[in-house]
Amino acid sequence: MLEIKDLHVKIEDKEILKGVTLTINPGEVHSIMGPNGSGKSTLSQVLAGRESYKVTSGSITFKGKNLLELAPEQRACEGIFMAFQYPVEIPGVANTYLLREALNSRRKYQGLEPLKHVEFIKTVKEKMKNLKIDESMLNRSVNEGFSGGEKKRNEIFQMQVLEPELCILDETDSGLDIDALQVVADGINSMRNSKRSFIIITHYQRLLNYVVPDYVHVLIDGKIEKSGNKELALELEEKGYAGIGEQLQTAS
Amino acid sequence: MSVDIEQLAEQEYKYGFVTDIEQDIAPKGLNEDVIRMISEKKNDPQWLLDWRLKAYNHWLTMDVPKWPNITYPEIDFNDISYYAAPKIKEKPKSLDDIDPELKETYDKLGIPLEEQKVLAGVAVDIVFDSVSLITTFKEKLAEIGIIFCSISEAVQEHPDLVRKYMGYVVPTHDNFYAALNSAVFTDGSFVYIPKGVRCPMELSTYFRINAENTGQFERTLIIAEQGSYVSYLEGCTAPKRDENQLHAAVVELIAYDDATIKYSTIQNWYPGDKDGKGGIYNFVTKRGRCIGKRSRISWTQVETGSAITWKYPSCILEGDNSIGEFYSVALTNNHQQADTGTKMIHIGKNTTSTIITKGISAGFGQNTYRGLVQIGKNAENSRNYSQCDSMLIGDKCGAHTFPYIEVNNSTAQMEHEASTSKIGEDQIFYCQQRGLSAEDAVSLIVNGFCKDVFKELPFEFAVEAERLLSVSLEGSVG
Repeated sequence: MLEIKDLHVKIEDKEILKGVTLTINPGEVHSIMGPNGSGKSTLSQVLAGRESYKVTSGSITFKGKNLLELAPEQRACEGIFMAFQYPVEIPGVANTYLLREALNSRRKYQGLEPLKHVEFIKTVKEKMKNLKIDESMLNRSVNEGFSGGEKKRNEIFQMQVLEPELCILDETDSGLDIDALQVVADGINSMRNSKRSFIIITHYQRLLNYVVPDYVHVLIDGKIEKSGNKELALELEEKGYAGIGEQLQTAS
Repeated sequence: MSVDIEQLAEQEYKYGFVTDIEQDIAPKGLNEDVIRMISEKKNDPQWLLDWRLKAYNHWLTMDVPKWPNITYPEIDFNDISYYAAPKIKEKPKSLDDIDPELKETYDKLGIPLEEQKVLAGVAVDIVFDSVSLITTFKEKLAEIGIIFCSISEAVQEHPDLVRKYMGYVVPTHDNFYAALNSAVFTDGSFVYIPKGVRCPMELSTYFRINAENTGQFERTLIIAEQGSYVSYLEGCTAPKRDENQLHAAVVELIAYDDATIKYSTIQNWYPGDKDGKGGIYNFVTKRGRCIGKRSRISWTQVETGSAITWKYPSCILEGDNSIGEFYSVALTNNHQQADTGTKMIHIGKNTTSTIITKGISAGFGQNTYRGLVQIGKNAENSRNYSQCDSMLIGDKCGAHTFPYIEVNNSTAQMEHEASTSKIGEDQIFYCQQRGLSAEDAVSLIVNGFCKDVFKELPFEFAVEAERLLSVSLEGSVG
C-alpha cells in the first residue's frame, strides 16, 4: 500500500530524514520508535503533506500513486489519516461540523452522495459510546477546552468515523493514563482488518502491549537502523536506544 | 473600459458588470443650481427644497473630518455628478414596464423582481443609482396600514410624516457627510408601521450604483409606532471601476413604546481591485432612537465590500427599559480599510445594550473598531455587554480597537471582552488533513468566528452572508 524509497527530507536548512526506506502492505501494523529528534514526527508530517517539510530526494507511493504530487486534502481523501501528536484547537467550529465536512469531502472524492444528517449522527453516537466520549462533545468546538487525553481520544474517534486505509498515529499514547490508554487501544484494535494499515509512532512499549505490531522499526538520526517484530520493542525497553546503537556498531 | 482577464477568470466580484442603458446624468459639480435641479427632478415641495439648501449652506461651513483611522486621497466634491437615473418616460406601474436591460441586471444580481419568484415573504424596493424603480408588495402591505415605498414617493404621498421625522434622529448639522446627504439625497426607502402591527414580511431595499463618476446619497427613514415590529434588510452592489465612487447615506430609525426595529445590512459594494484601485467609499450615518419605553432597535451588518467603510450604526436609548443591539462582521481584504463600530447612548433607566463585533483582516486590509458606550447621569441600572473580536489572516494586515466608555451613573454594569486571533497554519493543515481544501478550511474557521453575528440575520440572508464572506476571502490564503 505504501512504499517509501530512500526518502530525504529537510526543514529550513536542516536534513532530518536521511534515506528512509519502508514498505507497508495492507493489513499490517508497523511501529516506528526512536529517540527524540530522530525524525519520527517528520516522517508523519511528510506523509500527511505538510509544506514546510521539503522532500529533497526519494519517493513515496501510495496505492500506486505518487503521493508527493498530491495536496494534503487529496491524500486525506485517498485514505490517509493522521492522528496528530498535538491536535490544534479551532474555536467556533463544532466538532460534528468539521467531521461531517471531512466525511462528505471524502465521499465526494469517491463519487458518493453526502451522508444524510440523521445517518451521520447515528454512526457518530455509536462510536462515541465505545470510546467513552461524552455526547456533549458533539457541539463543542474542535478540541477547545479539551484535556490532553480528550484530544487524543477525539483523534481516534475521528479516525473511526472517517474509516481511512492508512492510519498514522503520531505519539497517540503520550499523556494518556492507563484507563485512557486501554480505551484508545481498543478503539485502534477494533479497526484492524486485512485492508487497513497502521503506522504507530511511539516512544514507549506501553501501547504496543495492547496494540501488537507486526513490525517494529527503529529510527535513529533520520534512518531506519533496525527492523524486527514485536520482540524488538521489548528489547528496546530493556536496552534503550543506546543499546541498539552499540549492537549496530559491533555488527559493523 | 478595459477588462482584466485574470480578474474575470478569478471571478472575485461577480457584480462588477455595468448595465448598458441610457441614463439621465447631471453634469458634475456641487452648487445651489445642482441642488435645485435635483429638487426639481424629484418634484420636491418647497419645504424640502428649503431644507436641502439650508443643509448645503451649513455644509459649506464644515471641515472634512480627519480623525478616522483611514487614509484616502482628498475628495473633490465638484468632480462628482449628483444625479443619475435610467431614462424612463414614466414610473413603471408594473414589472412589464421595466426596461428589459434592467430586469436582466437584477436577474444577474439574483434579485428577483417578479413577486412570484421573490424569496418567500420578502418585499423589495429597488434603487438604481438615484431612483427607486419599483417596490414590490406595496399594495398588500398598504392593506394593513404599512407604508413601504421610496422616500421620493413618501414625500409626495405622505409629506406630513416625512416632514416630521426626517432629520429627527440625524439632524442636518450632525456631521459633514450627513449635511452633504441632506442637501443632495436622491432616494431611499420609507417605512411606516402603524400601532400594534407586526409587519408580516421582511422588507428590503436593494441599492445598485451603475453610472460612472456619480455619488450615491440615499436616505432611509423607518418609523415603528407603539407595539409594532419590522425586520428590514438592505443589500448593495456596484460595478468594477478604476475610480472611487462616494456613497454617503443617512438612515434614521424611530421606535415608540414596545416597538422593535431589526435593521440588517449586507454590504457588498465594489471593494477595489487587489492593488487597491477603485472601489466605493462607504461613508454612512445610521442612528436609531429608542424613544419609547421597552422599545428595541437592533443593527446587524455584514460589511464585505467597499474600498473604505466608515460607519457607526448607533442607538439612543431614551425610553426606560429600551434595548439597543449591534452585531457586526467587517471584512477587509487586499487594500480595503474599515473604521466602523457603534455608539450606545444610555439615557433612560434600565436600558440595555449589546455589542458583538467581529473584524476580519486579510491581505493588506486595515480594520478598526471604534465604539462608544455612554451612560448618562439619569440612566439608572443600565447594562452593556461588549465583545470585540479580531481575526487576522496572514501577516500584512492590521486590526485596531478603540473602545470608549463614559459612565456618569454609578449603578451601571459594563462588561467588555476583546480577543485577537490569527488563523494559524496549524489549523488550516489540520482541516486539510481531514480532507478540506485550504480555502474551505479558512471559510469554515471564519464562519465559525462569525457565527454569533450571522445568527442575528434573517435566515435567507444568513446563507447569503456566509457565501459572500467565503467569496470575499478568496485568495487570502497562500
